[in-house]
This record gives sequence, structure tokens and C-alpha cells, in this order.
Amino acid sequence: MSAYPGQEGLRDPLKVAHGLGASRSGVRPWWLQRVTAVALVPLSIWFLFLMGGVLQADYPTVLETIAQPVHAIFLIAFVVCLFWHGALGLQVIIEDYVHTRWLETTLQIALRFGALLGALAGVMAVLAVWLTGASYY
Amino acid sequence: MPNSRPMSPHLGIYRWRVNMLQSTLHRLTGLFLCLGALLVVWGLIAAATSDAAWSTFAAFCGSWIGLVLLFLWTWSLLFHLCNGIQHLVRDAGRNYGPATRDRTHDPVYWSTGWAITAISVVLTVLVWVLLLVHVSGGAA
Repeated sequence: MSAYPGQEGLRDPLKVAHGLGASRSGVRPWWLQRVTAVALVPLSIWFLFLMGGVLQADYPTVLETIAQPVHAIFLIAFVVCLFWHGALGLQVIIEDYVHTRWLETTLQIALRFGALLGALAGVMAVLAVWLTGASYY
Repeated sequence: MPNSRPMSPHLGIYRWRVNMLQSTLHRLTGLFLCLGALLVVWGLIAAATSDAAWSTFAAFCGSWIGLVLLFLWTWSLLFHLCNGIQHLVRDAGRNYGPATRDRTHDPVYWSTGWAITAISVVLTVLVWVLLLVHVSGGAA
């Protein structure tokens, strides 16, 4: 007979609750998934148009396009939101389908490293073109 | 250690509805778009590296495999976008709840799923027609 799930005898249920992690921060990934989604609505539409214009262009035109301040800033915002949103999505997929503890932990850590590296590489590349590359042409 | 806890009655007991298609496609397109994110970074790094690196990237995008992948990525993006907007609307609580989910009270609730799928296909075709017109116009 226990008044709370996990309660045994006189043990305080708070002890069990502590083991489940901190309260009040549980919706943060869910909320960030939505915030990045809202940002990606206009950014991805803009990105489609940018790709359409750039894919068949010659190299100097590509550099010029990326180096335009508005494009450069939007590209950085797009890359950050893209990897953040994607990482949050993949995190949920791993949580849902990978039930082997060591594999799940390994994948979750690898996902964070990968997403961070990807976002960093994208941002650095845009900055490189914006601040130095375009000046050659 | 095998999981011996009882499973909830899974997919088999539910009547098929379009939201199942939406949910599955949202996940699959999301997964596929994560691969697309790698292509985006490849393109940006190639642009920052050299003319030759960009040419390699552009050649991949122009190859048959590249074009097929780009077409699938375009549709994935547009489906994920359209369905994501519906997701946001319903996350906000609009048109959500037992009454609106009842087919007899609100048949529109279920048909939006088909509309979203159709719109994403139409938009994909539109984007590629515009792209082809742009490319052929640029070459002429």
C-alpha cells in the first residue's frame, strides 16, 4: 500500500521525485523545437530561392551572393536553426527507437557533437566568404 | 536484458487515418532533411575553399543522383514545412480537441492532411518548373 508511485513504507516520495531529474525544465527541448521551426519557416523559403539562383552560377557569382550582408546573416541564422532543429528531431527519434542503453547514450552524445560541428563549419564557411573570400573578386 | 514489461496495444488496433501518414512522413522527411543539412554545409565549405571545390560540389548537384536527391529534398522540405505549420497551429490549441477531431462534427480536421500532402507536391513541381525556366533562360 503506497500513496504515491514508487513509495515504499515511510520513504518520502520527494526522494523518488529527485531521481527523476529537475522539474520545470522538461518542456525546454519541445519549446526550442517550435521556436526554431518558426524561424525556419521564412528562412527555408528564402534558402530555396537562394539555392535556385546559385547552383548553376559561376564561382565569383556564388561568392558575391554569399558575401552580401543580408544573405550572409540569413545563411548563418539558417544553418544554426537548421542544425538545432534537426538535432532536436533526431534526439526524439533516438529516444523513441533505440532502447539499448549504451548505444542510446553513445548516439545522443555523437549527435550533439555532430550537430555542433556541422553548425560551426557552416557558420565559419559563411564568415570566411563574407569577410575574406569575396574581396578576391 | 529483454524488456518484459507489457506493451501497449500498438499500431494494429487503430483505424487508418491520414494523420498517420502525416506523422510518418514528417519523421521520414525530417530524417532525410538532416542529410540535406550535410549537403548545405558541404556547399558552404566548398564555396569558402576554392573554385575547384565549388565545381566538384556543383558537379555533384548537377549529376543524375544529385538532381534526384535535390528533387526529393525539395519535396521533403516543402512537406515538412507545410505539415510543420499545421503542427504549430495545432500545438497552439487551434482546432484541437475531441469535438473537432470527430469526423461528423468537423470533417475539415482530417482532410487538411490530404491538402497538405497535395500542396507540398504542387509546390515542389512549381519550384522545379521555375528553376528549369531560370536555368534555360540564363543559358539562352
